[in-house]
Amino acid sequence: MSLLEIKNLSVSIHGTDILKDVSLTVSPGEIVAITGESGSGKSMTALAIMHLLPDDAQVSGAIHLEAVDVLSASEAEMCAIRGNAAGMVFQEPMTALNPLKPIGAQVAETVLIHTATTPAKAEEQARDMLARVGLPEDRFPMSRYPHELSGGQRQRVVIAMAIVQRPRLLIADEPTTALDVTTQAQILDLLKELVAEFGMGMLMITHDLAVVSNMADRIVVMRHGKVVEQGKTQALFSNMRHPYTRALFEASGHKVSLPRLPADQQPLLEVKNAVRDYALPRTRLFAPREYAHAVRDVSFTLRAGDRVGLVGESGCGKSTLTRAILGLEPLQSGEIRAFGKPVGPDMDPSLRAGMQVVFQDPFGSFNPRHKVDRIITEPFHLIPDPPKGSERSKAIAEALGAVGLHPSDAQKYIHEFSGGQRQRIAIARALIIRPKLIVFDEAVSALDVSIRAQILDLIADLSRSHSLSYLFISHDLSVVRTVTDTVMVMQAGEIVEQGITESVFTNPQHPYTQSLIAAAPVLPPVLPGPGHLTRRPDHV
Amino acid sequence: MLRYSLKRLLSLIVSLAVASLVIFLVIEVAPGDPASFMLGINAQPDTIAALRAELGLDVPKTERYLNWVSGMVTGDFGISYTYRTPVSTMIGDRMWVSLPLALYALALSTLIAFPAGVYAASRRGKAGDIAVMGATQLGVAVPNFWFAMMMVLIFAINLRWFGAGGFAGWDDGLLVGLHSLTLPAISLALPQAAILARVMRSSLLDIMGEDFMRTARAKGLSRRQALWRHGLRNAMIPVLTIIGLQFSFLIAGSIIIEKVFFLPGLGQLVFQSISSRDLIVVESVVMLLVFAVIVVNFCVDLAYGAVDPRLRSRT
Amino acid sequence: MNRNLILGLILSSLVILAALVSFVWTPYAHTAMNIPQKLQTPNALHWFGTDHFGRDIFSMIMVGARTSIAVALVAVSIGIALGVPLGLLAAARKGSWTDEIVMRSNDLVFAFPSLVIAILITAVFGAGAVNAIIAIGIFNIPVFARITRGAALSLWEREFILAARVAGKSATHISVEHILPNVMNLLIVQGTIQFSLGILAEAGLSYVGLGAQPPTPSWGRMLADAQTMVSFAPHLALIPGMAIILTVLGLNLMGDGLRDLLDPRLRVRRS
Repeated sequence: MSLLEIKNLSVSIHGTDILKDVSLTVSPGEIVAITGESGSGKSMTALAIMHLLPDDAQVSGAIHLEAVDVLSASEAEMCAIRGNAAGMVFQEPMTALNPLKPIGAQVAETVLIHTATTPAKAEEQARDMLARVGLPEDRFPMSRYPHELSGGQRQRVVIAMAIVQRPRLLIADEPTTALDVTTQAQILDLLKELVAEFGMGMLMITHDLAVVSNMADRIVVMRHGKVVEQGKTQALFSNMRHPYTRALFEASGHKVSLPRLPADQQPLLEVKNAVRDYALPRTRLFAPREYAHAVRDVSFTLRAGDRVGLVGESGCGKSTLTRAILGLEPLQSGEIRAFGKPVGPDMDPSLRAGMQVVFQDPFGSFNPRHKVDRIITEPFHLIPDPPKGSERSKAIAEALGAVGLHPSDAQKYIHEFSGGQRQRIAIARALIIRPKLIVFDEAVSALDVSIRAQILDLIADLSRSHSLSYLFISHDLSVVRTVTDTVMVMQAGEIVEQGITESVFTNPQHPYTQSLIAAAPVLPPVLPGPGHLTRRPDHV
Repeated sequence: MLRYSLKRLLSLIVSLAVASLVIFLVIEVAPGDPASFMLGINAQPDTIAALRAELGLDVPKTERYLNWVSGMVTGDFGISYTYRTPVSTMIGDRMWVSLPLALYALALSTLIAFPAGVYAASRRGKAGDIAVMGATQLGVAVPNFWFAMMMVLIFAINLRWFGAGGFAGWDDGLLVGLHSLTLPAISLALPQAAILARVMRSSLLDIMGEDFMRTARAKGLSRRQALWRHGLRNAMIPVLTIIGLQFSFLIAGSIIIEKVFFLPGLGQLVFQSISSRDLIVVESVVMLLVFAVIVVNFCVDLAYGAVDPRLRSRT
Repeated sequence: MNRNLILGLILSSLVILAALVSFVWTPYAHTAMNIPQKLQTPNALHWFGTDHFGRDIFSMIMVGARTSIAVALVAVSIGIALGVPLGLLAAARKGSWTDEIVMRSNDLVFAFPSLVIAILITAVFGAGAVNAIIAIGIFNIPVFARITRGAALSLWEREFILAARVAGKSATHISVEHILPNVMNLLIVQGTIQFSLGILAEAGLSYVGLGAQPPTPSWGRMLADAQTMVSFAPHLALIPGMAIILTVLGLNLMGDGLRDLLDPRLRVRRS
């Protein structure tokens, strides 16, 4: 008999269908992954199992967790199940823990809720479980508060909390999405071990097909609240029946073809021994100030026609370096020159006009009160004689056309566009004054895979039509691999390796690069499917 | 924690120093010489000079400021221009009315607001919540001194449960004193309680939407248990800020309320002193009020540190 | 439009209307004494009755609305005119000495409740409506400075501000073009709240004699005059009290309604 059985589950909130006829099962010892893009209803499925949906949700169908009929269980019965028969791990380790309670107490609380035991014994169990998930007490005292731990360590605490009662089912909702790639690999390994060790069934929710392919015994693909396809991992990957599954697979490993550009030896950007420090808060009242070196002794040159990648994990200094390159923050020592002239906060507008940027967040990059035409013409501020009247309209139409939007979109507000369209607008804003260099700062990191594939195609197309030179900053190795010619790997403020992208990826020299590449989950080799996918425009 | 406390203490001292300087300078601007004002138009120059010396007005301003501040630190507030008695005794007597009143009101306001806020938050959108919110909306709009007049009309004049005004003093025991402060304290507390209850409710509702509350539910805690064990303490952080701010409103409010109930507190003293241009008393009472506000906010800062471990380890 | 906003708008516009009409018409001259007609309860001739000098309370309430609104409005304007630029400046120079000085001075002003400021000013310059305005206005400055700085700081972290910086715009330019319009909703809501607090504060100051002086009519002073007569003429206290409550209630409801209407996301966030 299965551990978890969901039959024809439908959920609607305020008349909007969130889930439609979802059926799936999880057996003991089995890892089942639900995958899909945002809005597919995968997280709602998890919350429904725990009976934690919003109060106004209308639910029909059946969920059986072992013998318990979850949907008809009382709140008191559910309280006895949550954390005991079924544990849950959430996406955001930074906010999933109570900031005001020590970690030991938070883990012990799960024990105290479900067993009649003494606080001392509960603490004992918490100590053992924290040690099991990699937080032994001698190095991580139970009196630590969440803010004293890193993201990966906090996620370990959340896991300890979820499994300390040895539940039969563990639900993990995007457990590694907020983590760096090396931490992600460690947490995934830990989860796999724990499933085997405790004989748990695990239902894992993730948008990342590569993670799925390495972890799951079975895969459930969801879209718009429906299950489109499910099956054993091997079988599913070798024979994808549903076109959406194939599209998702193709988009996840999407490769673009970059045009070969004439080698031009004129340097656009020269970074020489750049150093940027931040003063740390004093640890003691009169202790001398200490400094964190966000960027230390970074040097590289970007020539016209170069498409350079910069990869590294969070906190490695890549954002700081980006800001320094854009002339938003000063350097402590060293220098950055663009087009032969020094870059800095007081640099000349004409110099700024040569360099534009596309940011990560499709929702935060635009003033919500401005229309698209005003947004994308903001860089005109940098040129002494900006086009006016019909010339301005022409420039706007041209820029919007170049990114695949319609000139009439200029009169709309930003909230009328989807995430992918907003990234197109961001690119139009960067293109409008024809800069010599564009900086893409995690420009596709917040997008769903299918949208991401389209934006990558757009960047490749623009490379062809506009002969773009760019610096592409990302934590995502697979993306950097396909859109850059050369790559730099950054660790703790330093560039530890740089070279031709393909050779760095196939034959990494520095141990850090090696560990990064080893940790990154990879998709199984591409299998020929019937017919090629059709590209969906992101307008629909 | 020690480092955090020391830092707060340092900022407390700086605030007090700057505040005292501001008050001193403002009073300095006052036109006219207190000594000649006290002695009338026909006073002889040498009598005025003698009085000026007696009041300590004949030294340079810097020295006068330093004398005033160092005097206050040792409990010597100077001599009243009008009554020729030490200001410290005048203030000391009045303090025993104003301070208990403010604390009594603060206690009442907190005692009323907490249950009301928690209740409203736990019944969000239901009849109970709507009733509490309606009542607080009205409570926020009522001027406390008008409310006090209505209390007098109902409970003192019509029902005769309390005296209409005056203060019985502490000599006949704590209860007698508290009894005569009850109506004033309620009038002060209710409008403040309305504000506090609203803050409490919205803070709790914010916290209920936090990720860690969902984690708590996923552990097996019921909604109510999660609220008590994880929500309440987190929700206290903004509430503490408001309690700190409220104290300064209570101090100001108590000066007004004293007038409704004819209480011999600091308010009465300060209004008398203004009309007799007894500026040294005004100066000292104002400094005392500001001192109280600053010290209470210092205590609130320390309370933050106690509630929030992130503050203890950071700055 | 939500219910709060409509009710709030109706109440507030009634008060504003009364204040405006009082410039051209009141049932009686608000200063006209008529001792034989004194202490009348509300009736057909005197809708709100008369006071101990036989003055028409309805007329006094109308003219009093003028005083309340004028004092509160000017005080809020002082707060906005000084507080908002200070808040924008502090946010634009986050962490600098300017920021530190602005914020520390704010903390300091918070230690002086407006009543204490009024006491100080009155002690030095004597009582009057202008003092009430200054006292309430000074206290409003840090309120607006803080709320502006808080909202502006989170905006400065947003990528559209970075984009504007990449487009070479100065901090001042960005503050005016991008930050200010995006904190405007918050300021409108807070302005409404401070306006209602200003009306309460003005009433309190006038009640203790630190506000508007006779013959300027004021709701607070009407209450002070009523105090000794409340046992036999409760309407003297009830009517000005209700005027204050309904005005403040109306403004608060309007503020709540505006907040929901303008931007439900722009709640004041904890830092």
